[in-house]
Amino acid sequence: MEHINWIHNIPFFSIFLAMLCGIITALVKNGKVAFKIHSTMVFIVFIMSVILLLSVVKNNEIFTFMMGHFPAPWGNELRAGPLEALMAVTFSLVMLLTVSGGAEFVFKDVVEEKQSLYFIMLNALFGSMLALVYTNDIFTAYVFIEVNTIASCALIMAKGTPQSMVGTTHYLVISLLGSGLFLLGLCILYSITGHLLFPQMKEAILEIIKTDQYRLPLLVVTGFMFIGIAIKSALFPFHSMLPGAYLAAIPTSSGILSGLVLKSYIILGIKLIYCVFSAEVMHTLKITEVLFVFGLAGMVMGSVYAIRERKMKRMLAYSSVAQIGYIYMGIGMGSRVGMTAACFHILAHAITKTLLFLCCGSFVENSGGKEKIYHMRGAALRNPLAGIGYTVGALSMIGVPLLAGFISKIYFATASVYSSGKMAAVLIVLGVSMVLNALYFLPSVIAIWTPEKGKENKPNFSVSPLFAVSIVGFVILNFVLGIFYRPITRIIQMSIELLAQ
Amino acid sequence: MEEKKKLWKHIKAWVDGEEVILDADKYIITRSKKVKKDWRRQFSVETIKGNTKLYGFLSVAISALFIGIMLSVVNDLPEFGNPSNPVDNEVMERYLESGIEETGAVNFVAGMILDYRAFDTFAEANVLFLAVMSVVLLLKKDKQNYSEKEERENREDDFFDENEKRPILKIGGKILAPLIILYGIYVVLNGHLSPGGGFSGGTIIGAGLILYASAYGQKKMQTFFTFRTFTLICVGGLLTYCACKSYSFFTGANHVGFEIPKGIPGNILSAGFILPLNICVGLIVACTMYGFYALFTKGDI
Repeated sequence: MEHINWIHNIPFFSIFLAMLCGIITALVKNGKVAFKIHSTMVFIVFIMSVILLLSVVKNNEIFTFMMGHFPAPWGNELRAGPLEALMAVTFSLVMLLTVSGGAEFVFKDVVEEKQSLYFIMLNALFGSMLALVYTNDIFTAYVFIEVNTIASCALIMAKGTPQSMVGTTHYLVISLLGSGLFLLGLCILYSITGHLLFPQMKEAILEIIKTDQYRLPLLVVTGFMFIGIAIKSALFPFHSMLPGAYLAAIPTSSGILSGLVLKSYIILGIKLIYCVFSAEVMHTLKITEVLFVFGLAGMVMGSVYAIRERKMKRMLAYSSVAQIGYIYMGIGMGSRVGMTAACFHILAHAITKTLLFLCCGSFVENSGGKEKIYHMRGAALRNPLAGIGYTVGALSMIGVPLLAGFISKIYFATASVYSSGKMAAVLIVLGVSMVLNALYFLPSVIAIWTPEKGKENKPNFSVSPLFAVSIVGFVILNFVLGIFYRPITRIIQMSIELLAQ
Repeated sequence: MEEKKKLWKHIKAWVDGEEVILDADKYIITRSKKVKKDWRRQFSVETIKGNTKLYGFLSVAISALFIGIMLSVVNDLPEFGNPSNPVDNEVMERYLESGIEETGAVNFVAGMILDYRAFDTFAEANVLFLAVMSVVLLLKKDKQNYSEKEERENREDDFFDENEKRPILKIGGKILAPLIILYGIYVVLNGHLSPGGGFSGGTIIGAGLILYASAYGQKKMQTFFTFRTFTLICVGGLLTYCACKSYSFFTGANHVGFEIPKGIPGNILSAGFILPLNICVGLIVACTMYGFYALFTKGDI
């Protein structure tokens, strides 16, 4: 058995471990035990992904893993390279920190006998996100999109309030629209290419472009698939499900949904661009241009909606819409530099938005359950740690130097130089959007640090240790990404070179 | 001047994160009325009257556009059944020509979904499991979604189940339910030999269970099928599936050997893991079907 390459087994192990834990948790009655199982699982996956990342970066390789006895066009396949490994590391790290920091919200808001069910959904969601990252087969991607949709809806409705039911219904309807479009595109794509695995599909599509047969179906398919993914990841005109759902859900769920779930679909989209449709085909079909325009529109409109909002969680949700716009703008630039910036922003937004949602959950709790920013005056004084976390997160989103958000904006600006004809648009919208970001984040930061008149604002240092660890972890991560960003961008550049081969 | 002061006030209040109140008197009057706000925005035809025309027009336009696009795409798609279609490639060829040899299953579909592409089917079984768990999360009775009225209705239902005659349903259920379940088991067990398999057989078994439950009531069902058995069967099925497939993925991908013997195609004990996997899937599907019925009618299994 010496010829087994254990490192190549890591993607398979991580997905199956997550799904297995999801199944086993159904037997557990106690929420605390389920929480322990979940965190142990995520921690193991984190360690494995770090090993995988180090190995693929060292060998500069992308490898495929055969799921079963049958090779590529007949059986399922997984595929891992530096990008996949980096995303798996980020997802597991953010998941670990968010769930350990947000565990108290879960234990407080979910009915006791249903807490273990909540963790089943978390495990399954984590497994499906890993599968979306690692997959090399478009049908596997669709099946895991289904798993992902069900699990995320369950996470929103876990609170059990009527409001969360309304939010879930809205989220479910729009999500299913996205899945439906993706499935429709998949069926047509299969009938014109005859394959389901990425590399074989890519060859068939290049053939189609060459012979000019089935040109219209190809265009429609690309449109359907990317509209499907855009709906799933809440690109600007399709964002309407986010605010209601995030407002009604437990802060932990909101953090995971906006920080990770939306990103897993974008990663799938990036893999589709490079491994199925190839950058040239995307360019000839003008899909990148469409994504670029919607990205720009999202950057501005998301911020404008956020300025009008008075409830903090809804404001954060609209801010997510704006940030997703940034990522799509990077993808839409159509250059590898733009893609690097987009991938970096995925990481930056994942660690920042989860931090903001966790802190916001804590503010709501110590302001007597009121959601409006107006009622949160002095909330940061009552819980200084969450206040510092929120401030750091907000500054990072605005793009203050030394923080993660600044680096991604620098990269976007640099990338615009390399894409002809888009430079002016990118720079102008980037500037406008940064000002708008500051316009809604700064008032909320000022509000939470202003003491409430006529009320005692006693600082409360007795936060739970797990919450403290997670907030401190996120803040440190933010600074690390903002200062020592070089190795990470180098990994991203390398992985995009490898993907585009 | 007045205007400017107002604007400044506005901005100052907004920076402080306050709600901007310009016409304070009017605001106080409206506020003192205390309109109780309902979180459910009550949509009635009257309130959206202003937009009905626009919405109607837009929905028709978008549907027409979509229909147009789909029709033109269908027109361009390869003709159904044409031998030179892109779908008729080496993938299809191998499935059909060496499927029996490689998977041991006479039913190609079973061979395809449970051996060639078993990973997708694993995820699909998980979808069912998650769906039923979400319904449990949503509908299972707890102290938050408990209402006196529902409880009373349930008690009345139980009373009727026990005391009402309903001879046709009861006798029909008594005769039909075992036959249906037996047929379902047949379809599951022969999944690798004839059309059918875990998904279709499981649905048939589930239908039998639902017929029995609707004839004899939930109480009688609970003598042999409680929430505990439900979870155990689902989890057991999925764990077996997970273990079998982990074994075959691991050995297959790493070329370790130790393959499961395929047996003689056509025998009931053949096709390696496909028979146990079909049984697992069948159990999960049957439980899911019955679970949905029970949860939606009574909020409990």
